[in-house]
Amino acid sequence: MTSDIQEQLRQTCRRLLEEEKVDVVIGYGQSTADGPAYPVFITAPQDVDRLVWNDRCFNNLTAYLTRDEVKSLGKPAIVVKGCDDRALVVLEQESQINRDEIVVIGVACEGVGEPRAAKCAACDVHMPRTADETLGEVPNGPADLEAAYAELDAFMAQSPEERMAYWRGEFERCVKCYACREVCPMCYCNRCIVDKNRPTVIDTSAHVKGNLAWHVTRAFHQAGRCVGCDECTRVCPAGINLRLLNLSLARAADKHFDYRAGMDKEAAPVIGAYREEDKEDFIL
Amino acid sequence: MSETNGFEPKIVAYVCNWCTYLGADLAGTNRLEYPPNVRIIRLPCTGRIDFNLVIKAFEMGADAVLVSGCHPGDCHYTAGNYHARRRWILFRELLDTLGIDMNRIHFAWISAAEGKKFQETITEITEKTRALGPYEAYRQLCEASS
Repeated sequence: MTSDIQEQLRQTCRRLLEEEKVDVVIGYGQSTADGPAYPVFITAPQDVDRLVWNDRCFNNLTAYLTRDEVKSLGKPAIVVKGCDDRALVVLEQESQINRDEIVVIGVACEGVGEPRAAKCAACDVHMPRTADETLGEVPNGPADLEAAYAELDAFMAQSPEERMAYWRGEFERCVKCYACREVCPMCYCNRCIVDKNRPTVIDTSAHVKGNLAWHVTRAFHQAGRCVGCDECTRVCPAGINLRLLNLSLARAADKHFDYRAGMDKEAAPVIGAYREEDKEDFIL
Repeated sequence: MSETNGFEPKIVAYVCNWCTYLGADLAGTNRLEYPPNVRIIRLPCTGRIDFNLVIKAFEMGADAVLVSGCHPGDCHYTAGNYHARRRWILFRELLDTLGIDMNRIHFAWISAAEGKKFQETITEITEKTRALGPYEAYRQLCEASS
């Protein structure tokens, strides 16, 4: 099944490059069969056999679309899974990409990782929703948001003191490598707030105070925008479960504003729009 | 509790220039006394109040934070407070997940005519925070870092 998709993927990309419909294909490559796939940028038709598709294709490649060095390669085609596809919707809502200038090749995804990644357990976007061409066919799971938030519910069952102690332990390990930022398709700012030092908003040292401020900032800048690709959590060298923070904001957007990022291009964004009847029972 | 003996809470109030700051001003001109524990920081609009400022206040040793601005519909910039409200709704959920003490973060609408409400709000928050005691959990976190 996945090998069929891989063959179709190579053929599609060869055709796109030969017909000069695109200048570069952003896809997955792999050097060892069971190793994780990594991003490859294919610019010549004879190189398309470097492209792979399997359950080791973790990356959300849409993060590369907004990079200057990738833009300079010319018109791109990009390989996306269903979850990555949601990021494309948000990027388009935020005017970061022009879909007319991108060819989106969707791949049917049964889930990534062995065992499956946490995000895949309650996935309802196995099939990319906005792709120009979709390869393969997988039935979409039901939108079971209860299951999606189960991990968060279990965490929230603890007392606030226990939660604080947990995060303190987690953030003590953070080395502020900013891999979580670099890998995120929504972190496309040319200059991140942590890199600004006049004035210094977030303590730059990798100690727990500055780390907490950083992770609050990172998570909250994704409020109503995070599509839950969990790349930040996957790439964290300290193994911090950033997914929990993302989930809490995703659930808040869902609960209060009936909004899921990247599901509907026409929906008014959570941050940047408002309703006069927004709930306010906590305001004195 | 012995530790609350002599404990004076530090409260940081981020207020908007057009409503709550004038409300505080009115409390002053009306000679309405409120606890001196509050440090008022005036900003153009609640829409301007970056959530990082709330974190910053705790980092600097605040025991409670108040964010206050114009009532819905009264914003000097038409909709700043509506945008702020959306952000607070989400931000509170994030802070709760992080285990930050939600009894130490307060939000209020206080208009320029509500000097009395300003006095009452500050008094209430001060008393509540005094009962809670110093925000030791956050302080320990900051001390571990210095």
